[in-house]
Amino acid sequence: MKYTYLKDVVTLQMDQSKCNGCGMCLDVCPQQVFTLTDHISAITDRDACMECGACARNCPQQAVSVRPGVGCAYGILMDKLNIKGKCCGDTCGCSLDNIPDS
Amino acid sequence: MNSKQIKLPMIDDHQTAVCGLGEQAAVTFGDAAGANWVTGQLETVVGPIYQVSTELDYHDRAGSAKTRCGIGRMNYAIPPALYAIGKPDKTSPVLVSANYKLSFDLLRRELTGLDLWVLVIDTKGINVWCAAGKGQFGTAELARMVVCTRLPEIVSDRTLILPQLAAPGVSAHEARRQCGFKIVYGPVRAADIPAFLGADCKVEPSMRQTHFTLRDRLILAPVELVATIKPLIGLTAFFFLLNLMAMLFGRNPVSPNLLPGQTFSDLIPFLIAVLVGVVLVPALLPYIPGRALAWKGWVLGMFWALCFSLFAASNAGWLQSAAYFLIIPAITAFLGMNFTGATTYTSLSGVTKEMGIALPLIIVSASLGLITLITAYFV
Repeated sequence: MKYTYLKDVVTLQMDQSKCNGCGMCLDVCPQQVFTLTDHISAITDRDACMECGACARNCPQQAVSVRPGVGCAYGILMDKLNIKGKCCGDTCGCSLDNIPDS
Repeated sequence: MNSKQIKLPMIDDHQTAVCGLGEQAAVTFGDAAGANWVTGQLETVVGPIYQVSTELDYHDRAGSAKTRCGIGRMNYAIPPALYAIGKPDKTSPVLVSANYKLSFDLLRRELTGLDLWVLVIDTKGINVWCAAGKGQFGTAELARMVVCTRLPEIVSDRTLILPQLAAPGVSAHEARRQCGFKIVYGPVRAADIPAFLGADCKVEPSMRQTHFTLRDRLILAPVELVATIKPLIGLTAFFFLLNLMAMLFGRNPVSPNLLPGQTFSDLIPFLIAVLVGVVLVPALLPYIPGRALAWKGWVLGMFWALCFSLFAASNAGWLQSAAYFLIIPAITAFLGMNFTGATTYTSLSGVTKEMGIALPLIIVSASLGLITLITAYFV
């Protein structure tokens, strides 16, 4: 089953005029947000997007844009409180220690 | 994205490119020597490569169990290097993985009977998806490892098979530009790799979907429970002091030898609230109405507060009952919100929105509840 989070909130955008129909966005999307019709990709399940950024990063035409990030409340909280280091304590296996600054 | 022009490591100038090859290879080689999962060495044109077992043994299982409980979780890494499964040759496929030991174990145990290469890149001991989301599993690191391991000399085919969940961190076209290898995104789950390879690297739609089964939802519960120990110790101290003060100054003093028992029984509704938030909310996640996870947590918390008030604390005063209804759902809502980081589907924008609404409400509810609770001990 597919889980869907909040409605009308994600930053995913697509410029279909740039799409060359390669289908890479369909390949990398873990939430099946895109559909390919007549060699043009379209966002058909926008609310399912989790903003992982895979589509935008792998689109050779730069037709897809999204503000990528990790939907982790603890991480966001630590960020807001400006606590550096382990973003998730020991809860999710991630660590902000080694993130490049860009 | 890095706008600086990256020097393209040429296939044949790996000696001078991104990594100091000599010492790097020696170090990682030394590290894996004697590891329980190394079964032998395979001679190649660039020297010996470690062969890796496809079966998990006692050490692997014990390590996984410890890690799942949060012990040594941030330091469960294997040396980044090229490894061999079976007896691969220059035409064998190359899989790429993270150097988190749990990820590596999940991958290799699915590869029994296959001959292939596994390129383990340095993701700082973090799993594929998290590392891809946070930048450790990235295009530059991938290109660096291709060069460091002298992969172009070992294989003739210029294709790398990456886990699909590495895609948030890796740009396929950029990686090809940087290291000359074509990137193919394989299935999400390692279990589908034999079928994927058997089907000439075709990925079935079902292999592209992330699952979030009951097991997936509960796998992090032990770690989360360990994380609640400290706050619970604080809560125990709080109730002990509260009972002590009530004993000294309150209206219905308990005798000193009843103090520990009273403290414990006061804790019970909140201990169970933590269990509700950490275990029950993830377990019932798809069945609780609503979308926001804090809301889902709040719903179950209200349910528990109702059950407790009706059946266990029916003789409690109205202040105490009010305190339960204010504090318990606040705890479970917070824990539910916290679970966003463990899910496979929540977005940064969504969680930010959810937090903006839920967090102030949680704080107000918990604060009011705390004041009510304290008052209930003294009036």
